[in-house]
Amino acid sequence: MSEITPELVRHLASLSRIDLDEAEVARFTEQLAVIVDSVAKISQAIDGNTPATSHPIPLANVFRPDVVEPSLSQEQALSGAPDSGQGRFRVAAILDEE
Amino acid sequence: MAKANLMDYEKALELFEVVIGLEVHVELNTNTKMFCGCRNDFGDEPNTNVCPICLGLPGSLPAVNGKAIESSISIGLALGCQIAPTGRFSRKNYFYPDLAKNFQTSQYDEPIAFEGSIEVEVPSGNKYTVLIERAHMEEDAGKLTHIGGATGRIQGAEYSLVDYNRAGVPLVEIVTKPVYGSGAEAPELAAAYVRLIREIVKALGVSDARMERGNVRCDANVSLRPHGQEKLGTRTETKNVNSLRSIERAVRYEIQRQAQILANGGTITQETRHWHEDKGATSSGRPKSDADDYRYFPEPDLVPVQPSHEMIERLRAALPENPADRRKRLASEWGFAELEFRDVVNAGLMDLIEETVAQGAKPQSARKWYAGELSRIANAEEKDVSELNITPAQVAELANLVESGKINDRIAREVLSAVLEGAGSPEQIVKDRGLEVVSDDGALIAAIDEALKSQPDVLEKIREGKVQAAGAVIGAVMQAMKGQADAARVRELVLERAASL
Amino acid sequence: MSDLIRLNASELVELLAKGEISSVELTQAHLDQIAKVGDAVHSFLHISGESALATARDVDSRRAAGEKLADLAGVPIAVKDNLTTTDAPTTAGSKILEGWIPPYDATVVTKLRNQMLPILGKTNLDEFAMGSSTEFSAFGPSKNPWDLTRIPGGSGGGSSSVVSSFQAPLAIGSDTGGSIRFPGAVTGTVGIKPTYGAVSRYGLIALASSLDQIGPVARNVLDAAYLQDAISGHDPHDSTSLPGSLGSMVEAAKRGSLKGKKVGLIKQLSGDGFQQGVRNRFAEALKLITDAGAEIVEVDCPSFEYAIDAYYLILPAEASSNLAKFDSVRFGMRVSPKGNPTIERVMAATREAGFGPEVKRRIILGTYALSSGSFDKFYGAAQKVRTLIQRDFDAAFAKADVLVSPTAPTTAFKFGEKVSDPLAMYLNDIATIPANLAGIPGISVPIGLADEDNLPVGIQFLAPAHEDARLYEVGAALEGILEGIWGKRMMDFAPELKVN
Repeated sequence: MSEITPELVRHLASLSRIDLDEAEVARFTEQLAVIVDSVAKISQAIDGNTPATSHPIPLANVFRPDVVEPSLSQEQALSGAPDSGQGRFRVAAILDEE
Repeated sequence: MAKANLMDYEKALELFEVVIGLEVHVELNTNTKMFCGCRNDFGDEPNTNVCPICLGLPGSLPAVNGKAIESSISIGLALGCQIAPTGRFSRKNYFYPDLAKNFQTSQYDEPIAFEGSIEVEVPSGNKYTVLIERAHMEEDAGKLTHIGGATGRIQGAEYSLVDYNRAGVPLVEIVTKPVYGSGAEAPELAAAYVRLIREIVKALGVSDARMERGNVRCDANVSLRPHGQEKLGTRTETKNVNSLRSIERAVRYEIQRQAQILANGGTITQETRHWHEDKGATSSGRPKSDADDYRYFPEPDLVPVQPSHEMIERLRAALPENPADRRKRLASEWGFAELEFRDVVNAGLMDLIEETVAQGAKPQSARKWYAGELSRIANAEEKDVSELNITPAQVAELANLVESGKINDRIAREVLSAVLEGAGSPEQIVKDRGLEVVSDDGALIAAIDEALKSQPDVLEKIREGKVQAAGAVIGAVMQAMKGQADAARVRELVLERAASL
Repeated sequence: MSDLIRLNASELVELLAKGEISSVELTQAHLDQIAKVGDAVHSFLHISGESALATARDVDSRRAAGEKLADLAGVPIAVKDNLTTTDAPTTAGSKILEGWIPPYDATVVTKLRNQMLPILGKTNLDEFAMGSSTEFSAFGPSKNPWDLTRIPGGSGGGSSSVVSSFQAPLAIGSDTGGSIRFPGAVTGTVGIKPTYGAVSRYGLIALASSLDQIGPVARNVLDAAYLQDAISGHDPHDSTSLPGSLGSMVEAAKRGSLKGKKVGLIKQLSGDGFQQGVRNRFAEALKLITDAGAEIVEVDCPSFEYAIDAYYLILPAEASSNLAKFDSVRFGMRVSPKGNPTIERVMAATREAGFGPEVKRRIILGTYALSSGSFDKFYGAAQKVRTLIQRDFDAAFAKADVLVSPTAPTTAFKFGEKVSDPLAMYLNDIATIPANLAGIPGISVPIGLADEDNLPVGIQFLAPAHEDARLYEVGAALEGILEGIWGKRMMDFAPELKVN
């Protein structure tokens, strides 16, 4: 029995803001189960002492001087926006707390 | 929004122990943003201090502002923290339209500074040690404006507009460990702690530290537990408390609200709450849920930060005097009474007075101006004293004009109004308007003689030794001189002339 | 003159420098070839003929005026469509970005402009570079010029098919798990993934930030060397870009030698389970390498067994976060559900409609790998496997100057063969992925045709980080030996492209 259930796929889709349809949920549940079962064996390869590598080539302390560089113009900034107004990006209302 | 049922404060403290925790966000005053070269200034026209990086455009990559790293380390050192030999940035993933990349670049498991402590003095004079868990760097989000609907608030809005000028502005978040044992003073301690953080970052020069502009923001965690209980109670996190007064009020409110619920057998929901200054109450926000899965992982586009020993020591050597030492020093230098000094500290006037004294004013006159007239005006205008349109140098000038007898207190107030209106420096105003005290005894003597002659009964009484009768003459003379006379000198002369006439 | 398009970039460099050809005629010749075969191969998502010719004219007039120009000035090039360009739409092969014109150029594009290479257009790719065949491009697959019923490799199938059908002598690719090298192998071209950080990623639409690397696509090793020299170097906009220079790849390619080299044959990638024709060509190549004075030593990389698994956790995890910015707010597509939807619903509907199935699959998988409760088991474990793979490489490079394997287990497969089986598709990358996990450089060089299908086979050399020059040195040497034996170039084996 795989840990990948339709409920889990729906939850992951919600976390990643994708409105999957039910056919996709079913298909991904099946495919992810296969993939996850396959990749799960990596935990056999490691032990607690293995350090993690997040950067393939180790570098450190790469800093930028605190010097102002040219910004985009407002027009350039908004040029790709699906909708804008008053110099700003326009979006549908946000359902949230208050 | 109805105000919740609140338990009487003293009763709440009888029943429960208060535990607070504070998260303070300090906005750094670097020239540029945390990860790009855009100007760190979000008051400008919307979306003009933006670039592919802070707009989160595809293909763009962050680059760390070295000055922001130094500022963060300085803050850590000033809070007595250890500086991490290696720190890194992580991504905190969640979707929100003010978050350009839909992840916030932050520090998660490897903050730049950790395990510090500072001593905080509350108005009563009691001192508490507040342990600092961590200070970490992160970026600010953009600004949302909600359009339509009744109140311009998020609820009922028809749509929202996003300005990313603030997106990517560098922040340092300072998180305390739970603070125990402050009892009834928990609200005051919370406010005093934030005031101290402000003082520290201002003295470091790393932030403008103005709460009203959001340079310093505070989230206050409050939980209660029955006295003697080991386990911490469920906490709430009150956001949006953006003045020292609000912090104090919000903490007090939460104590009373939670006590009422717990005493009635209820349970506290772990949630964020919002403080409403106008209503003096908090309201429920979003409960913490499993949807808050931020999926932190190390930011692969940035490399680790490994501050060198030399860098840390250079920054340590450049630290300003620590606030406790500074207080001790100033208290002795200024020679104020203990209560006077405490008031100055509590009103946040230390910096201003120090600078005014440096500009040549006597400490006691500087104190009187700031604690008196200037505080009154600021209060009436709902501003911070530091926001009034007068510099410490001008206050020093004004104080010295009075001190030297060139103007009296009444004229000084008039000059002050003129300075605040932008009419120039006090000396200039006194000169332009001819406000200097008349010290030419000739003009005074003429006025006194005339007054004495027109009131022979008074003259008689003075001559009989009833000195208090002189008041009437002094009043008449001051009136004749349009107030521009030194009252003490007038008094002297009146007695003199009465004897010789 | 159509012969121009069959010349290698290094030959064009000489002819342009001597003034024997003009950049305009060269650029026009390639535009003519694009017009002729473009529809059949479907390599380009956007063609920038006018601006390419404008650059070419500029090059010609400057050269006429005696100005000293960059080596590659005037040599046309194609750019993978996951690099931002201010004068052409940039889609990354996704509907969600269709029509987007970025307000900035990628650093690599800026370098190409500064060195005055006419940019012919933007090449096709699997959506967001997720794939090995271009079948996941939202704008239809590119075809393999050797056989139009087969895949040109992926994700950079646009770039590989451009170069192998003479629509451009050079192209830019990006390699996250083999997206330059695999397409190179299946189209008989040369593809290099430089050391991680050798080429700035600024302006590369990120797939997996810690694995992505931009590199050259060409028909010959020396050509690729010219291109790598042109695009590499530190970039303050990319904190992970290498601080120093890796030296001249052109010199290394011109030096071209195998003599005295120790070549490590990776036990885990020595051909077991690979297509027979691939194994045959690989065995022959090893013989030639030995004959040229190199010594073959066997090296053991036991952790490679877990490379694909680690890769298919790290990549989706990073991608799930990198692709979160596609939310319909600042750029790209917006889909609004009926009624009065909230922004959350608009975002979810846009991402549902705008992303293809493979992208969604990987986002969901990556979200899972990072989610609380799964992190240690998946993403965290994968990062540890990465350490083990680096250790395997360290041990191998202690014994060998370069490592060798076939680039891919098979030759080009047919469209549709693997598209519905993600795991089968992922296995194409078995030989290429370890280099990305370790950040080391790799090259694929064509070594002839497989006996059973007459399709190109590639050999892969790997070198330690920062030692990219070794790849050019051994790659050019083997290429020279093979061309000597064949009496012609690899692409001369290709059947004539049948276009209507």
